[in-house]
Amino acid sequence: MRGGLWQLGQSMTRRLAQADKKTVARRYFSAEAELKKTVLYDFHVANGGKMVPFAGWGMPIQYKDSIMDSTLNCRQNGSLFDVSHMCGLSLKGKDCIPFLEKLVIADVAGLAPGAGTLTVFTNEKGGAIDDSVITKVKDDHIYLVVNAGCRDKDLAHIEEHMKAFKAKGGDVSWHIHDERSLLALQGPLAAPTLQHLTKEDLSKFYFGEFRMLDINGVHCFLTRTGYTGEDGFEISVPSENALDLAKAILEKSEGKIRLTGLGARDSLRLEAGLCLYGNDMEQHVTPVEAGLTWAIGKRRRAEGGFLGAEVILKQLESGPPVRRVGFFSSGPPPRSHSEIQDDKGKGIGEVTSGGFSPCLKKNIAMGYVKSGSHKAGTKVKIVIRGKAYDGVVTKMPFVPTKYYKPS
Amino acid sequence: MACSRLMWATRAASYLRISVPFTLRVRGFSSVLKDLKYADSHEWVKVDGISATIGITDHAQDHLGDVVYVELPEVGASMSQGSSFGAVESVKATSDIYSPVSGKVIGVNEELNSSPGLINASPYENGWIIKVEMSDKDETNKLMGSDQYSKFCEEEDAKH
Repeated sequence: MRGGLWQLGQSMTRRLAQADKKTVARRYFSAEAELKKTVLYDFHVANGGKMVPFAGWGMPIQYKDSIMDSTLNCRQNGSLFDVSHMCGLSLKGKDCIPFLEKLVIADVAGLAPGAGTLTVFTNEKGGAIDDSVITKVKDDHIYLVVNAGCRDKDLAHIEEHMKAFKAKGGDVSWHIHDERSLLALQGPLAAPTLQHLTKEDLSKFYFGEFRMLDINGVHCFLTRTGYTGEDGFEISVPSENALDLAKAILEKSEGKIRLTGLGARDSLRLEAGLCLYGNDMEQHVTPVEAGLTWAIGKRRRAEGGFLGAEVILKQLESGPPVRRVGFFSSGPPPRSHSEIQDDKGKGIGEVTSGGFSPCLKKNIAMGYVKSGSHKAGTKVKIVIRGKAYDGVVTKMPFVPTKYYKPS
Repeated sequence: MACSRLMWATRAASYLRISVPFTLRVRGFSSVLKDLKYADSHEWVKVDGISATIGITDHAQDHLGDVVYVELPEVGASMSQGSSFGAVESVKATSDIYSPVSGKVIGVNEELNSSPGLINASPYENGWIIKVEMSDKDETNKLMGSDQYSKFCEEEDAKH
């Protein structure tokens, strides 16, 4: 049991090898002193939050509900997550759209004002630097949120390209929203609860849309999106008002929406078939391999014009060498780096995320396999601690998503 | 078990819309049994002659959360003190189980194959994991008594 739950925080990003434990423990302690805290840190601790290091932040991995109960409650009632460690960013200026289109695969110009999408920042080789939800607020303002763990490299990447773009006369500037906090409100009670706190009609506000509005009497950025597969919102709120908003949401739900930590957030996103950058998507993985071809805008497929477009457009034509797929499996839950074999025992890939699904009560996983072995129903073996267990390629999401779309 | 009662109480309270003090720390309530010996890797041993029954402690199951899979050794396998003989998987974490004594496995709790949750529900009784015929009974002298183990858990929790 050495390590026990203390590994939990680490296992969010990577399963530890036995041999590395001592080094990791040292790193853990040295890092702990410098961990950044969100404005809700004390609120988490007061609510029984177990705080762990995550991407340089001290974040709650769970509260007193188990990860199993928290996951189920999100789908049955709702969850409130503090995701203030993520980095909100505004790009402004009359050329901010052509600027961003050089860096991402989305058709940003084609988005209606107030509409957003999941996208990928690519490198010259077509690999993913990060995934991000971007919104066109209006033609001269883009709002986006990038992963906490990728913040430094993303900002450096954007800044480098922004300098070059401005040197050629382009009009673009940025603002990093460090003055704001980010709350994710997810689950079937998210909309009815939030409706109590705003005068704007949320029934005409659909998945992927963005609005600036007053919530609980404070000017917020609201995006109908999330990372659980449920209907829900991400609310960017001035940091000095974040605690009041969190309390108001919990109170208006009459205790049914529960504070939920990173542990359940990981189970929820895995059940929804969503990638965790750093596990399921990395520098060397293209959006096509990651199954995000749908996020490459039609115009972008025809025109290219983003970093790594040659590689990506070629993959679209001739197919990628590997593909991200989902699995059900028997035996112990697969974890990242478990080997995937074909039914003859030949290695065909690796698991990138896996675990026990609290909703389906069975093991689910995602990983990369060679093209050809990617079709749903393909039988595979997944190797865990030296033993091969039966698995089968399965369509994702594992649990049906409930995004709020116009009917 | 104290902790499951507490969980029940908070859950019931949330259905009944009663506000409960959020500062309750469930983890302080883990139970420890007097007549058992404990390893610093959070396994317990119940000694009966030269036979030893082994499981993981209430403290360990509480920290792990819902156990979803237990990897058991085969009957007849040999164990040495401090080496890993299996694994416990919870929703998010994998933890190795270390043998607190040396010897030969003479029994495994097959019920854990179909009901791994017994580890959470009854860590010291129905959630036992293996029975070992000890090759060196003196090894149990190196293990902790209940008071020492309780203190050890408190200190470990304080560190994190």
